[in-house]
Amino acid sequence: MINFQYLRTTTAKSAIALLVKDKNAKFLAGGTNLIDLMKRGVTAPEKLIDINHVPLKQIEQIGNKIHIGALASNSAVADHALIKEKLPLLSWALQAGASAQLRNVATVGGNMMQRTRCGYFYDTEMPCNKRQPGTGCGAMEGFNRMHAIFGTSEKCIAVHPSDMCVALIALDAEVILANAKGERKIPFKDFHRLAGDTPQLDNNLKVDEMIIRLEIPVSNLAKNYHYLKVRDRASYAFALVSVAAAFEISNNKITDVRLAMGGVAHKPWRLTASENFLKGKEATLTNFEQAAQLAMKDAKGFGGNDFKLKLAPNTIIEALNLAKSKA
Amino acid sequence: MKSSDQKPNQGDSRRDFLKKSSVITAIALTPGVAVKAAESNADERFAELFEKIPLKLTVNNKAYQTTVEPRVTLLDYLREELHLTGTKKGCDHGQCGACTVHVDGQRVNSCLSLAVMNEGKKITTIEGLANGDTLHPMQAAFIKHDGFQCGYCTPGQIMSAVACVREGHTNSRAEISEYMSGNICRCGAYPNIVDAIIEVKQGGETL
Repeated sequence: MINFQYLRTTTAKSAIALLVKDKNAKFLAGGTNLIDLMKRGVTAPEKLIDINHVPLKQIEQIGNKIHIGALASNSAVADHALIKEKLPLLSWALQAGASAQLRNVATVGGNMMQRTRCGYFYDTEMPCNKRQPGTGCGAMEGFNRMHAIFGTSEKCIAVHPSDMCVALIALDAEVILANAKGERKIPFKDFHRLAGDTPQLDNNLKVDEMIIRLEIPVSNLAKNYHYLKVRDRASYAFALVSVAAAFEISNNKITDVRLAMGGVAHKPWRLTASENFLKGKEATLTNFEQAAQLAMKDAKGFGGNDFKLKLAPNTIIEALNLAKSKA
Repeated sequence: MKSSDQKPNQGDSRRDFLKKSSVITAIALTPGVAVKAAESNADERFAELFEKIPLKLTVNNKAYQTTVEPRVTLLDYLREELHLTGTKKGCDHGQCGACTVHVDGQRVNSCLSLAVMNEGKKITTIEGLANGDTLHPMQAAFIKHDGFQCGYCTPGQIMSAVACVREGHTNSRAEISEYMSGNICRCGAYPNIVDAIIEVKQGGETL
């Protein structure tokens, strides 16, 4: 690992002050993605600002929203009684990600900030527009079994590997960001971005900003929900396709529904057209199948990942079925 | 530090020799200017090149106060500095679990944590489990159930298994497999590892 200057701070204010001083500085939280990338020579920050002692680990309900501090660990959130009761979809998604050891260390903010990535990003001998803009994309005509089918660009077809973020986009979470001047709030769906012409950027966080917390509205989606992750082995692997599904039924009709996918795009992928179709309809297999077909409009395979064009709708249907049978 | 100080003598262990020779390599790899500076004022320059920072932590109930380079992982610190070589380096990328230790009671991959991130923490390694000559119940259960073949992943498996029982994720074979998935055993001793964990769980002892 290339050496770096190490700084430690105990307040968000001083962390941000240190960050803006040096554009080659990065925050260090759990480090489970960043340290791995540094060891492989994929990234080499000159300065790490250790923010683990900043008090942002709260998990609490304030009014009708659950607040989760950016430095709460993935396991602390997944195992928290409040989250299990009010936001079980989030708990399930977190449990589906990584391993027990990684979840104990990885933070909520770090999970959001983990790189959208693929094998070519990791292999410094290979071209990669994300790691080194302008060098080309090795995956486009290479091994692209894990890669994106939605919102792809000619520059990059890597996927964001988070499970947590798929649940958060489905649950209409909001992200509170801070810079030296104050805070701003953005919808979770606007945090991550598509690759477009600048695949080196995974999200819309500004260079002088820090993630402070998440706010997630409490809803009636804690009965009929499911997080279905399809992967190459039963545990501890990235999703080929994952689906977060939750809905509320009243008088036999779907009154609220959330659908999002992971493993299919450069960002967590919300299925808005499918949701709009299902609203006001009955929770039947036929409706689930039509909703899944709507989700696949504009999907595009790259050879190795063509199987996702069939796996994705099937996973949507199965997730909805499992959510329905949960009640 | 003069180069003559770094010659391995016969009393040195293999590990000490490797350590010293890696210091020689580090100096040899630094740019020409730095090497010249190092020759003229060796100790001062040496400290600057490696920029060690203070670190206080407790390992297996023993307090340590030391200095360490920021880029040293907790795993390397335990093995190379404290000579606690029970914790194993497998993949060194958080994928195999061989490096699993407890930090403030929670299992973590020590390869993906910098030593300096563990300021003030309490670390337990495989060396800290047994009580004198009496094995920890999980160690005894691994032996009884043949929970290993080559043994390389075993320290990590045992540390993870103890945490798994404490966390309460041992209600079925499937749940144990799920919560032990961060520990890879290339020999494939999984069924026996699960047997060992079930026995310890049923023993009901507080771990």
